[in-house]
Amino acid sequence: MNTQGNLYTFVYASVLVVIVAAMLSFTAIKLQPIQERNVRIEKIQNILSSVGIESTVKNAESLFDEHLVDSYVLDPEGNKLNGEKAFDVKLAPQVKIIFAIKKIIDKLAKADKANKEKLLSEINSLKKQRRLPVYICEHNGEQHLIIPVRGKGLWGPIWGYISLNMDYNTINGVVFDHKTETPGLGAEINQLWFQEPFKGKKIFDDNMNFTSIHVYKGGKGSAANAGDTEHGVDAISGGTITSKGLEAMLHDCLISYTPFLKKQKNANK
Amino acid sequence: MSLFSSQDLKLLTNPLNMENPITVQVLGICSALAVTVKLEPAIVMSISVTAVLAFANVIISLLRNTIPSRIRIIVQLVVIAFLVIVVDQILKAYVYDVSKQLSVFVGLIITNCIIMGRLEAFALGNKPWPSFLDGVGNGAGYGLILIIVAFFRELFGSGTIFGFPVFEKIGLYSIGYKNNGLMILPPMALIIVGIIIWIQRSRTRELIEKNL
Repeated sequence: MNTQGNLYTFVYASVLVVIVAAMLSFTAIKLQPIQERNVRIEKIQNILSSVGIESTVKNAESLFDEHLVDSYVLDPEGNKLNGEKAFDVKLAPQVKIIFAIKKIIDKLAKADKANKEKLLSEINSLKKQRRLPVYICEHNGEQHLIIPVRGKGLWGPIWGYISLNMDYNTINGVVFDHKTETPGLGAEINQLWFQEPFKGKKIFDDNMNFTSIHVYKGGKGSAANAGDTEHGVDAISGGTITSKGLEAMLHDCLISYTPFLKKQKNANK
Repeated sequence: MSLFSSQDLKLLTNPLNMENPITVQVLGICSALAVTVKLEPAIVMSISVTAVLAFANVIISLLRNTIPSRIRIIVQLVVIAFLVIVVDQILKAYVYDVSKQLSVFVGLIITNCIIMGRLEAFALGNKPWPSFLDGVGNGAGYGLILIIVAFFRELFGSGTIFGFPVFEKIGLYSIGYKNNGLMILPPMALIIVGIIIWIQRSRTRELIEKNL
């Protein structure tokens, strides 16, 4: 048989590609449930460790059932939405909404009056799509409120979980992770030495104005040098863009929760 | 032993030393720098590359008489890409942690020149069994270097072996020893590979080029 002819070459390539595609789809479908379970367990482990509970892949799910007190989804005004599960809220599309709103706000500065109203209504309709998941976990007899955050690092997405004490202000613990940050530099955000200093920091000032957490450049002790021990932590040397992205992520995500947090705090007084 | 003739055995052992893909042919350097910070990902990477290489060799060898020579490179690429995606999916399902550490480098096995090189140079002209051995041999040669490099980088960079804190246990830190940060960065992998090449050439004189 002539294996060099045009027809043969075409048929050969087509058949090969179809066979390979079929086999790949088969593997992907077969392995998907296991992969999804891995992602779910990773999320659970992150939530648990933000409260300070160490877990393994094996016991994560049972520990989560044990420690989870409540979980719900909020709208941007801070009201609980019925019938939505916190665990099912995907953060990536939520981040897209945040960035879309930011873009429009940039445009607002240059817009004339007629445009302004249009842009404002766009912002409002985008804001309505925001969904804010909240988890409440108990550890050592104390309850903690856990807020998932997500944003942009240098190369790709970064995300994390912030657990607050029930004063709705003080950070009890944080967990950060990343997809593709630079090893040894930006990737250090998932290390304990970076996460530990967040403990005890406050996201509101004494007058209950939202301050978020600031990240200070300049090596160890730069937050203290800047006189900001209440709301500031040290950035990662050499990982400036990741650190800045993390700071923006905390600000952008936590600010959506401020109506809820203030409401809770006032109710508790 | 008809299964392993002396020629077959050579296919397995030659790539470990005389024809080592990294230190002699200087192929696949990129991933050797990237995944050798810790031992565990280095080993998983070695196994992945060996699996892809061995099976790609077998498949191409089986198809060798049917492949139209004008599109043979593309056919090789399709086979490699297929195997790499399967490996990636399996890693994501069964060793999720390691697959996160390896991240893009599993996908980049597709562009590892060792694999294309062996398919083109060996599998296209040989029967499946020798091709399989050639794949395993070259994968092992690649893995051997990766593991040696990863061992030194993890030991001196993080003070651990497989995550076990060796230096802490023998009390090195308490007498003022500090981990070497340069070990973690890619340039050090290049330097270690260089040292390995130096040692290998001083032991195996035949590898040294004649001055022309």
